[in-house]
Amino acid sequence: MSPERTAAGVRLAFFGGVYSNHLALEAALTDARARGAQDLYCLGDMGAFGPHPDRVFPLLIDAGVRVIRGNYDDSIARGLDDCQCGYTDPRDNHFARLSYRYTYRNTDERWREWMASLPDRERLEVNGWRLLLCHGSPRRMNEFLWESTTSTQFLDYLAAEHETDVILGTHTGLHWERALTGGGRFVNVGALGRPANDGRTEVWYTMLTLSEPAGPRKRARQEERAGQEERAGPEERAEPGAGLEVEFIPVAYDHERLASEMREEELPEEFVETILTGWWTTCLEVLPAKERQRGKL
Amino acid sequence: MTGSALPIAGRSRPAIDAPDTNEPTAPMVRLDHLDALWFQVAGTICNLRCTHCFISCAPENHSFWFLSLDDVLGCLEESKRWGVKEYYVTGGEPFMHVDLPRMLEAMLELGPATVLTNGTLLPDRALRPIAEASERSPYSLELRVSIDGPSPELNDPVRGEGTFDRAMDGVRRLLDYGFLPIITATQVWDPDRDEEVRRAFVRRLQALGYSNPRLKVLPSLRIGREIARDRGYTAEERITEEMMCGFDTGQLLCSSSRIVTSRGVHVCPILIDAPESRLGDSIGDAERPFELSHQACYTCWLYGAICSNYGVIGQDVT
Repeated sequence: MSPERTAAGVRLAFFGGVYSNHLALEAALTDARARGAQDLYCLGDMGAFGPHPDRVFPLLIDAGVRVIRGNYDDSIARGLDDCQCGYTDPRDNHFARLSYRYTYRNTDERWREWMASLPDRERLEVNGWRLLLCHGSPRRMNEFLWESTTSTQFLDYLAAEHETDVILGTHTGLHWERALTGGGRFVNVGALGRPANDGRTEVWYTMLTLSEPAGPRKRARQEERAGQEERAGPEERAEPGAGLEVEFIPVAYDHERLASEMREEELPEEFVETILTGWWTTCLEVLPAKERQRGKL
Repeated sequence: MTGSALPIAGRSRPAIDAPDTNEPTAPMVRLDHLDALWFQVAGTICNLRCTHCFISCAPENHSFWFLSLDDVLGCLEESKRWGVKEYYVTGGEPFMHVDLPRMLEAMLELGPATVLTNGTLLPDRALRPIAEASERSPYSLELRVSIDGPSPELNDPVRGEGTFDRAMDGVRRLLDYGFLPIITATQVWDPDRDEEVRRAFVRRLQALGYSNPRLKVLPSLRIGREIARDRGYTAEERITEEMMCGFDTGQLLCSSSRIVTSRGVHVCPILIDAPESRLGDSIGDAERPFELSHQACYTCWLYGAICSNYGVIGQDVT
């Protein structure tokens, strides 16, 4: 599936980490369409944390969202023992297990089969840009790529190794982006399921606008044609990364209603607190120093 | 330091196999990608003499010497083309190196860095520039402080008289500078006491003002001085080909890391005393696969990711 080329730019919306937050997903879908998103993509982890996991899937399907499989989906689909997040801290493990058991118990068999059928990555080519959609990283579904523990030279390596200009992932629950050396981009599209540990109750998704002229790949092709640098046309002289716009969009939704549903389902009060305050209370073990310093706990 | 104390007994060459071939019988692990580049900046030189130290560090152990600032800067330059994701600094005791702040400044321009320290030598003249470099960098600087128990009674017999109080004071100083240190404890207690020890650690650190302490519990490595303190590996404690069936080699440090020492580039920080762990003079030389023939590899096989910043031994809260 590859959106049509247009000179004005293609707008694509990317979601991740829905964590059963069907209310935020519904709000984000409406918001993305209103902002002119031509296509919508979900980068996985539909379940966990929130209430009524089965409410998420029809929303995604009805809206025509292209979905890839995250580690949580992979675990639920295959009936594994845990979510494959790799926690070892006892407290984190305790809550991860509660959440996993609830989600597994409340996910219908037909949705497990559906998740098992999802691809673990997807490639797009839009206006000369090569995009690689994944969950954690292009090489490992459950790899945490945090902003403060991922060097640019490593992201450059990933982009080259996987022959792409733009890498889009989620998994950590925190949105961030980094310009790559050759003009490409890494984008963590954020999570709809819980706030970004910033004291705000909104959740985040990403709008990508890809315009002519210019992906790095197109420039490379033009350079091949031109043969010599002095023959380069105006497109070759464009700023590296020009033609690619990344916008992180906060989504307000009825988080109090979600909190009520979570309490009705007897999900841990620690989870509810995160929804109501915007601060993470669990799964903190893997948070690196910089991200941790920005949080409350 | 006595490198000869290290057992190389795990080499699994069955006598009945044709002994005249050089075919390795222990599993080989290839370097998937150089994610983590380690620097043994202080060699085997340490102000402490811990009884479980797997490379027997001590003030007089000069088996491995300090790396020069130029050595480190050269390797950092080389590391760029390898796409290294993060850097680790160890010793001995890294804070014994006068150029540690400049090394960390250079690392933090390229990526995240982690320092493994015993926490007893943290002068302001080192902490101030390091904290400033950390503040300037978009990358995390992690400080891992080794403390082997939540009390002097548990820690000091292993790490030395008075080291618990000194290391806890180090933790307090790191907190004052805005760091959130990861307390790294080797499991020198009975595993049945894990939960009790963990809770005691948290209480003790919270009393110090560390509201949500980070704690990493490690298994002991039965080489170096640990052989005398507890025991070495038994003949059965080694990795066989069968054990690697279905095993994710990404769990092993040797699939994603190398360490630069004064004697060359080695496969991992644990095995530097074993001759076969030295893979070459440069990062490029050390790209070759490694044979899991050392018995300490068994501990990595059991627990995985021993040397990385998160996890390892956890016990569920019920």
